[in-house]
Amino acid sequence: MNLLLVGVNHKTAPVALREKLASFIPDPEEACRALKTYPELSELILYSTCNRVEVLCVTAVAEEAETRLKAFFARDEEIAGALEESLYIHRDLDAVQHLFRVAASLDSMVVGEPQVLGQIKEAYRQATSQNASGPILNRLLHKSFSVAKRVRRETGIGDAAVSVSYAAVSLGKKIFGSLAGKNVLLLGAGEMAELALEHLRGQRVAQVVIANRTLERGVRLAERFRGEAVSLEELEAQLLSADILISSTGSPEYLLTRDQVKAAMRRRKQRPLFLIDIAVPRDLDPGINDLDNVYLYNIDDLQEVVAQGWEHRHQEAAKAERLVAAETLKFLEWLETLEVFPTIIDLKEKADRICGAELDKTLKQLGPLTEEQRQALEVLTHSIAQKLLHDPIIFLKRNHHPKKIQKDLDLVRRLFNLDLDRQEDAKILVEKKSSKPPE
Amino acid sequence: MADVLLYLSLMAYFGGTALWLGFFLAQREGLCRAGAWVMGLGLIPHTLALCLRAWNYGHFPAATLGDTLLVLDWALVAAFLFLNWRFPIKVLGALAAPLAALMICGALILPPGRGPVSPLLNSLWLAVHIILALLGYAALTLAFLGGIFYLVQERQLKGKKFGSFFYRRLPSLEQLDALNYWCLTIGFPLFTLGIIAGSLYAQHALGRFWSWDPKEVLTLIAWLIYAVLLHERLTVGWRGRRAALLAICGFLVLVITFLGANLWFSSYHSFESFTRQP
Repeated sequence: MNLLLVGVNHKTAPVALREKLASFIPDPEEACRALKTYPELSELILYSTCNRVEVLCVTAVAEEAETRLKAFFARDEEIAGALEESLYIHRDLDAVQHLFRVAASLDSMVVGEPQVLGQIKEAYRQATSQNASGPILNRLLHKSFSVAKRVRRETGIGDAAVSVSYAAVSLGKKIFGSLAGKNVLLLGAGEMAELALEHLRGQRVAQVVIANRTLERGVRLAERFRGEAVSLEELEAQLLSADILISSTGSPEYLLTRDQVKAAMRRRKQRPLFLIDIAVPRDLDPGINDLDNVYLYNIDDLQEVVAQGWEHRHQEAAKAERLVAAETLKFLEWLETLEVFPTIIDLKEKADRICGAELDKTLKQLGPLTEEQRQALEVLTHSIAQKLLHDPIIFLKRNHHPKKIQKDLDLVRRLFNLDLDRQEDAKILVEKKSSKPPE
Repeated sequence: MADVLLYLSLMAYFGGTALWLGFFLAQREGLCRAGAWVMGLGLIPHTLALCLRAWNYGHFPAATLGDTLLVLDWALVAAFLFLNWRFPIKVLGALAAPLAALMICGALILPPGRGPVSPLLNSLWLAVHIILALLGYAALTLAFLGGIFYLVQERQLKGKKFGSFFYRRLPSLEQLDALNYWCLTIGFPLFTLGIIAGSLYAQHALGRFWSWDPKEVLTLIAWLIYAVLLHERLTVGWRGRRAALLAICGFLVLVITFLGANLWFSSYHSFESFTRQP
């Protein structure tokens, strides 16, 4: 059995090519069905996200499967040439490792982003619903989920903030502990503010108030977030009830001065105030940060948080890579133990055959017997055979060193003459057909 | 025998210290849970040792600095464990556990109380006075430790030192400020009741409520600091840095009260007078 993974991702293919490829494989379900018709692929899964299209399959004939899959990707002539360079092919160990890395979000464009695992789970669900996966892929995919979970749990790959809005949320958490129930005041209803609001809503903030120069846009945004729109003139009054303020207006001068905030703080009974100024030029007087219980950050500060978040993620990714490498080896060990099963089956078949033949002979010589006696003889022969085979089977199933297993298999097959049997199988079976078939 | 028990506690507290510091550095959840258990286990021999001493002496074991330190340490560990259970600010253990261990060390180094004590000390009232005051001390000590963390974390946030060692490890300002508030609202009444109990006993035993001896004066100063802090918190809404600073100031005065008044000034509150026959 060979594992084969063919695909393109954001590192090998430009976005134009990925787009086209995605449009040729519009429906993963259908693509999966098409792939299933190839007899070379015994198990397969296809996953396509915005950054990658990959097919992972189990095959007995690696070469043929590879050409099949290449042809599948290059179905359209328009992209066939470009694909030649972008397509990567991973086999066995590399394929397993690649899948683990993808699931653990180590191969993502934004390293550590959590969505990719969900996308793979969805693809796997689809593959199982179409019976496209089998015992090997089932185990491999489940393993990849648990590896991804371990990476998330044991490394800090998803901890640090890597976007400006997430950075704002993580800063807020260091001030407030939890943002749930906090009131948000937006100055300006720009795109950045909207994005930040989206993140804050995920933190279950209480009230959202939007103060905008043009009330209309403010109202529209307020409707989306079930908030309230006010005019900029009410700013000082609104400052009394807000906990988090995000400012992103195009105003050329400061909207809030140090003295204004100082006065507001006294009236707020010093409840902490978290101010984020993502506007350029700045909306909020930098001197505000000197006040007690007021925390002011501008866009550069948030960028700094983001930069450190990246650094942290890359450090943690190195830890995750080690974890993935170890898990890959473990999986391959399991895969190799699969190789012993055909031999075990051969052994058992041979024993059954001998038992059947000997039983026939004996029964003929003994003459008429009661049903009970006959059954007792059958049980006797089978249990003798089973007891004899018990140790060789245990020997095979024991965890072998990957390099030794081929030698051990060979030894057992020669010892029990399994391969010669195979050639004579046909003859014996033909002879048997005429007499009574073994039970 | 009491010493053997104390050594057991000492080992547990040092073990707890190692676990909590390990948690602080590595941020592994299991370490702090183990740390709390080890501290809790250490409290058992600590309690037994105190009971044993009380039994042997025939009075509440607070006649020497070493003994009193043990009682204070017991109150501190108990208060810390209670806080850790109800209101988990996990990093607090990284300061509280070593402090607890050091206090036992101090108690073991200092000479234990032997011989007869002043009959003044043989009173239930006095035990109440000491226990309440020391429980108050313990809660206010935790407020002090929280205050230190607050100042450090606030410095990180104001100075925009994101991703620094402390920024990542310390909890949010709101939590640390709430710690200050809770410890104050529990510690201050206990402390006040302790003073009242002492003054009532003084009236009973010495015929006057207040004698203006150095310990009493310093205690009054500390009490005023905490009273101001609590009042301003409740009315004007003082919080954050100022509250942390005042909690630290108040604690420093308490330390002077506890150690200094006994070592430098002589008064009827100092330990040497306890073991002297009147």
